[in-house]
Amino acid sequence: MTDASVLPDGWEMVIGLEVHCELATATKLFCCCANNFGDEPNTNTCPTCLGLPGSLPVLNETAVELAMRLGRALNCQINRSVFSRKNYFYPDQPKDYQVTQYDLPTNLGGHLDLPSGMRIGITRAHIEEDTGKLNHVGGGGRIHDADHSLVDYNRSGVPLVEIVSEADMRSSEQAREYASELRAILLATGVSDAKMEEGSMRVDANVSVHHIGEPWGTRCEIKNLNSLRSLGRAIDHEALRQIDLLDNGETVRQETRHWDEASGRTGTLRVKEDADDYRYFPEPDLVPLEPSDEDIARIDAALPKLPAARRAALAEAAGIAATHGGVVMAVERGLDDLALATISGGGDASRVLTHIEHNLAVAGAESLSAAHFAALVTMETGGKLTATQAKTVLAEMVTSGHAPADIAKAHGLEALDTGALEGIVDDLIAAHPEEWEQFRTGDDKARGKLTGFFVGNVMQASKGQADGKAATALLRQRAGL
Amino acid sequence: MTATEIAAAVRAGERGARSVVEEHLAAIDGREAELHAFNLVLREEALAAADAIDAMVTAGHDPGPLAGVPIALKDNLCTTGIPTTCSSKILAGWKPPYDATVVERLAAAGAIIVGKTNLDEFAMGSSTENSAFGPSKNPHDITKVPGGSSGGSAVAVAAGFAPLALGSDTGGSIRQPAALCGVVGVKPTYGRVSRYGLVAFASSLDQIGPFATTVADAAALYEVIAGYDERDSTSIPEAVPTVLDGLDHGVSGLRVGLVTELCQAEGIASDVASRVAAAAEALSAAGAKVDEVSVPAVIYGLSAYYLIAPAEASSNLARYDGVRYGLRVDAPTTGEMYDRTRTAGFGAEVERRIMLGTYALSAGYYDAYYGKAQKVRTLIIRDFEAAYERFDVLISPTSPTTAFTLGAKADPLAMYLNDVCTIPSNLAGHPAMSVPFGVGDEGLPVGIQVMANALDEVTMFRVAAALEGALA
Repeated sequence: MTDASVLPDGWEMVIGLEVHCELATATKLFCCCANNFGDEPNTNTCPTCLGLPGSLPVLNETAVELAMRLGRALNCQINRSVFSRKNYFYPDQPKDYQVTQYDLPTNLGGHLDLPSGMRIGITRAHIEEDTGKLNHVGGGGRIHDADHSLVDYNRSGVPLVEIVSEADMRSSEQAREYASELRAILLATGVSDAKMEEGSMRVDANVSVHHIGEPWGTRCEIKNLNSLRSLGRAIDHEALRQIDLLDNGETVRQETRHWDEASGRTGTLRVKEDADDYRYFPEPDLVPLEPSDEDIARIDAALPKLPAARRAALAEAAGIAATHGGVVMAVERGLDDLALATISGGGDASRVLTHIEHNLAVAGAESLSAAHFAALVTMETGGKLTATQAKTVLAEMVTSGHAPADIAKAHGLEALDTGALEGIVDDLIAAHPEEWEQFRTGDDKARGKLTGFFVGNVMQASKGQADGKAATALLRQRAGL
Repeated sequence: MTATEIAAAVRAGERGARSVVEEHLAAIDGREAELHAFNLVLREEALAAADAIDAMVTAGHDPGPLAGVPIALKDNLCTTGIPTTCSSKILAGWKPPYDATVVERLAAAGAIIVGKTNLDEFAMGSSTENSAFGPSKNPHDITKVPGGSSGGSAVAVAAGFAPLALGSDTGGSIRQPAALCGVVGVKPTYGRVSRYGLVAFASSLDQIGPFATTVADAAALYEVIAGYDERDSTSIPEAVPTVLDGLDHGVSGLRVGLVTELCQAEGIASDVASRVAAAAEALSAAGAKVDEVSVPAVIYGLSAYYLIAPAEASSNLARYDGVRYGLRVDAPTTGEMYDRTRTAGFGAEVERRIMLGTYALSAGYYDAYYGKAQKVRTLIIRDFEAAYERFDVLISPTSPTTAFTLGAKADPLAMYLNDVCTIPSNLAGHPAMSVPFGVGDEGLPVGIQVMANALDEVTMFRVAAALEGALA
């Protein structure tokens, strides 16, 4: 399902993603400092995460557990792993080396199935520490023109897992789908809160282009993609940029590029040179990780049901496709158990999923009573509440926890019975003979306009308690249509 | 008085810790100016700590096994609020916000820190001449070096400034200065003593250990500092058997191996060789079965060490970049600031080793250098293990020569050769110690190195005590 629409005929793009996720641990990877986003700068620090002389790392067991859990959710092999030092100087890195897994990562060789059906290979998912954060003050807020820079080491040593995909994606849409599904897995497994806007999930995209049937082109890596929208836009822009170069007889240079959301362009960040040498070697302050078969069995046993399986279960219960927006949303928001219970409690599946997709993106939705939700949907399908009224009642059910019938009664919300609706409609027909004649005999356009006129008046007369659809149907019935 | 005697007297209330400290401060006042053992003498702090110990004794509490014993700390061990310089300009003004684990254990045992001792910058050297603050001098002859890198600690004990000291040993930095200054120096098994708070030189080789005037004192200090520490991932999670109880068990029936490759290594002076022979005879006379043993791979120890240690150092010393603490030489860009700070802050030997290590780890050279050196390390362990199947301990000279003249070894390679006998135990992670055994032709002390299998400090101390006893 290559999304060829953005590329000129005959071209194909190849995409691989590297995703960094902060692990949802209480403390950092190698010390007891809090792993908290947004705290006062340099308050969550200690000798170890500041890299003070004489300090030593002690590995956070929970971080390893979470990384292994993610590995299993991505169908990876868990291996004996060794931490290495990646040596390079940068002010946000207090030791001037990063502790990361290099040639022996914890997770190797898995895959992720996209909701659309495609399978993306996972090369590896390894554990490493995050750096601090630089704040460039003055100038344009970028390092090149800043007056000075401030460093916040709260993030220094926060545990990360880096998930490297195979270059299996062929369109920005697939890349977005991959990132979105990976995020769903991270949330479902509790491995990360995966907030792209806060940087707890960061995506780098490797993009190259080639003529279909020819060898792959030189790739560029794009950084600073902090939303799914940016990811998609940046990939398309980068592919077109590369095609433009090649069409003009130029070559693509292997480099790291920065995505600028405002201008909608990528720009050179640094050119990959052969001199790029991180002098990796095994971290002598840590010992190798050797998970036993029992450890892996324990991780597997504790693995929650994953989004794909949850979508399949809900789709089956609802009798619709697993790619249906309501199904996807229900699983993404963790409301699939509620949906299943509501449907099995007699709620109409289509209405249940519609509410979840459009009306339940609110805090507290997950603690909604399935029995109440089913009762609400039944009132709605039975004509006792209009769709608009149901939405109002549902919102209050989430905040108050009261039964839908009680809420509807307290607010005087109930759909008009058929007799009352007929009375109102017949009165209106009698009061507006000219409009009624046009409605009855006019073309579709005129009738459409007059439907609005009559239904509007029905709503006014019923103080909003009439069901618009029922009123339209009655009008057409009276006109003999 | 030995540390053991001081602690007994203080615990019994027979002697005040204050008077002990005052006596040692007086000794420091007497000779520190010519010897330069210390980067910093903690006079007021030591007296205050002594008063606290005395108050505890008066109140009927036991201050611990090292009650009132003055101790000198190598200035690469972190002490809260007290400058820790590593004898480097680059750590100018830095005061650690935390104590090394060994410092905590010393305090809990009632020991009193009297000062921070001089060292070769970042523990890189064998003479203490690489200190940014000037060399220490050998108390037996001030024209001679005290050895290094823990030269200041060896001098402090040899000169009577403190009955005990701590050093760190990466390739012989405790044992070699102990030998040159005529005191006991111990490198425990790697992982036996927590490295938390020891400023790293080469993490896979560094180990903290005692200096003392007697084997019993060294054993008492070892027992205080040894033991598992959850803050050091390479710390050994096992109980530490007592070494003090076995000191008087003698060596009857023990199998002692004289390591051929070390006893006959290039540059072993004849006066040193004859003291090693005398030590072998003494052990034999005491009932040990002494024989020669070949440990072939140790001849590659020096080469492997000078790849592994600089490689780790190049990474460990990267953090001294002027951003967070210590020296900063400002410049228009961050890159230039790094350059200027590190050029101004590091001495020549430290620069040399950072460059060596950076090269050894570089892409395309890793397998030929660092990778191969690690394989040599495995071979050395294998050969040692074979030797320990036939022998309980191994012995050799600690240093090829007695103390040499200041400035005599300006050539780095000549200096590196000093560590030929001590390096193999660091590469293997095994315990080894130096015990004084008489003097050489110039009347300067000679040390005998006693090596043992991993975790077998008990037998090592027992043999060292026998050598000490044979000399008495």
